[in-house]
Amino acid sequence: MSTKITLAKGLNMGLRKAMEDDPKVLIMGEDVGKLGGVFRITDGLQKDFGEDRVIDSPLAESGIVGTAVGMALRGYRPVVEIQFDGFVYPAYDQIVCQVAKMHYRSKGRSKMPMVIRIPFGGGIGAVEHHSESPEAQFAHTPGLKVVACSNPVDGYWMIQQAIASDDPVIFLEPKRQYHADKMDLDESVQPEPLFTSRVVKQGTDATVLAYGPMVKTALKAAEAAAGEGKSLEVIDLRTLSPLDMGPVFESVRRTGRAIITHEAHVNLGMGAEVSARITEECFYSLEAPVLRVGGFDTPYPASRIEEDFLPDLDRVLDAVDRSLAY
Amino acid sequence: MTQQPGFGPDLVEVFGPSQRDGGPDLVQLLTPEGERVHHPEFDHDFSAEDLRGFYRDMVLTRRIDTEATALQRHGELGIWAQLLGQEAAQIGAGRALRPQDYVFPTYREHGVAYCRGVDPLNLLGLFRGVDHGAWNPNDNNFGLYTIVIGAQALHATGYAMGIQRDGDVGTGDPERDAAVIAHFGDGASSQGDVNEAFIFAASYNAPVVFFCQNNQWAISEPIERQTRIPLYQRALGFGFPGVRVDGNDVLATYAVTQAALQRARDGQGPTLVEAYTYRMGAHTTTDDPTRYRLSDDVEHWKLKDPIARVEVYLKRNGLADDAFFDGVKQEADELGHHLREGCKALPDPKPMSMFDHVYAEETEELRVQREGYAAYLETFEGAHS
Repeated sequence: MSTKITLAKGLNMGLRKAMEDDPKVLIMGEDVGKLGGVFRITDGLQKDFGEDRVIDSPLAESGIVGTAVGMALRGYRPVVEIQFDGFVYPAYDQIVCQVAKMHYRSKGRSKMPMVIRIPFGGGIGAVEHHSESPEAQFAHTPGLKVVACSNPVDGYWMIQQAIASDDPVIFLEPKRQYHADKMDLDESVQPEPLFTSRVVKQGTDATVLAYGPMVKTALKAAEAAAGEGKSLEVIDLRTLSPLDMGPVFESVRRTGRAIITHEAHVNLGMGAEVSARITEECFYSLEAPVLRVGGFDTPYPASRIEEDFLPDLDRVLDAVDRSLAY
Repeated sequence: MTQQPGFGPDLVEVFGPSQRDGGPDLVQLLTPEGERVHHPEFDHDFSAEDLRGFYRDMVLTRRIDTEATALQRHGELGIWAQLLGQEAAQIGAGRALRPQDYVFPTYREHGVAYCRGVDPLNLLGLFRGVDHGAWNPNDNNFGLYTIVIGAQALHATGYAMGIQRDGDVGTGDPERDAAVIAHFGDGASSQGDVNEAFIFAASYNAPVVFFCQNNQWAISEPIERQTRIPLYQRALGFGFPGVRVDGNDVLATYAVTQAALQRARDGQGPTLVEAYTYRMGAHTTTDDPTRYRLSDDVEHWKLKDPIARVEVYLKRNGLADDAFFDGVKQEADELGHHLREGCKALPDPKPMSMFDHVYAEETEELRVQREGYAAYLETFEGAHS
């Protein structure tokens, strides 16, 4: 039996399922209780699981993550909500110096089964610090795993898989997709493993790589390109650390061309890593250099011009044209 | 004292030089001269055996410190964080703990580690550079050393919130009710994490004791650079009690910490204990305190030595004989030998071990790097294996 759900609903259902399955799962964050989170992702959970399991926190991000470290050391599985991407930086020290290193430092004696949920990316007309894409900062930190969901069904499954992981997972949620599209969830269909990428549209002329909010844009670009007789393959990376490059290499060897797109700044972003790995592995298959389409190397601009900052359909198609021109 | 209308007293005046002896609120049970004094709230009966135990623990702790300092001078340790002068603060706090309590230390808690049953040799590995802490934190409920200042105050608070959720607080069962203690220094009191820990602990009434060893110096910065009021008074602003104890008085430190831990175990929430003490040595073996503080200060604090005052008290009251003191000295010598020989014998880790335990579930990427480096090393005909 399938249900039509949004990404917000998928995440909410996934969190509920994880809490039902394991009494050690706790939710911590600002406004996650009665309000259900500013995006309502934790809606109704405190009512059903109580204030001891859905914990409204003082307004202090380092405090939220740092106390979650202690909870994890006591044997709990905290799921931490950071209200907005730009607010994760006060917790950055706890995440990279403590969460990421506890397992290593203790020679595996202290596990850190923590999920840090971050609504990320732009396109919602918000003020400063509400539209950032900090994924590379965390993917660059050994000890952390970083994933980004892009659709409601993945949201439902990936959050449960992240909670079940014994490693700390930075869980990125594309906030502009929370309430955008509905999708059929059939719980009898087994999900793919968490740390895997996936071909979401097959094609033959070039490979477009995306994750999170840009998957939708990439798919639209593929549709538009098809109208011009160009066949694009689209891969949803889903996992940023570790990167699952197998399907990417396989695809690029066939198409000979790769374009990676993300909202984050291009300089030293995920695209740089993906491009380097493709070049190392697929050099003799490439017909064109790997191209990157991302946010510019500026601070996130005022929202009235954010559509110029964010890669859109046309910028992706322009890169496809440049790739095909080689 | 200057006073502005409507704004209360000038805090600099409140904190001024009169505080050098800890001020009027200092809890003390044994004076620097070895006189037993009494306190209306924190008095405690100690047996002769208790007192001899404290003496022995402090002597052995000082020996750990002096041996490690010597090992650093001989190039066996890269660095050492000295605790000279802080033995009473650590033994008093460490002996007040029960087995089920949990300790979140900074990097100077060698005496507390000793109280928890951690082999002092294990402390040296971190400073020698062979590991990040060789003891299992769950064997003795003694966490690994935390280098980032104050980060562990939040871990302690979160762990205490876990104890609450496990129902292991306020049951009245002395074997079950548990508390957490977070150790940090005066410098850490300026960190956001410590202040956030105070807020979380107060807000959730978490069973945690914040144990601040105010040793007056954060490397070269004096306490006046961290605070304009006595540190224990900060607790009131967060909504829980704070108490200043003579950190060179092992009896008072024990009594106050024991009461604070019991308060936490009973479900009455957090306490800030400020152990007022002095760092007689350097911050670590890399700095030179003669560049930033007066020798007069050091001489002043030498007179408050935590071990000497217990020794005087034991001797004056006939609570220990020569055989006891000789026995402790011999034990210290044996400990020193154990550390000297053990330290030099600590094996360097194998290079390939750097890849171990990055993740609970290793990634394919790391596996490839590991195998690649192993294959590379093999090209040197086993030279690195």
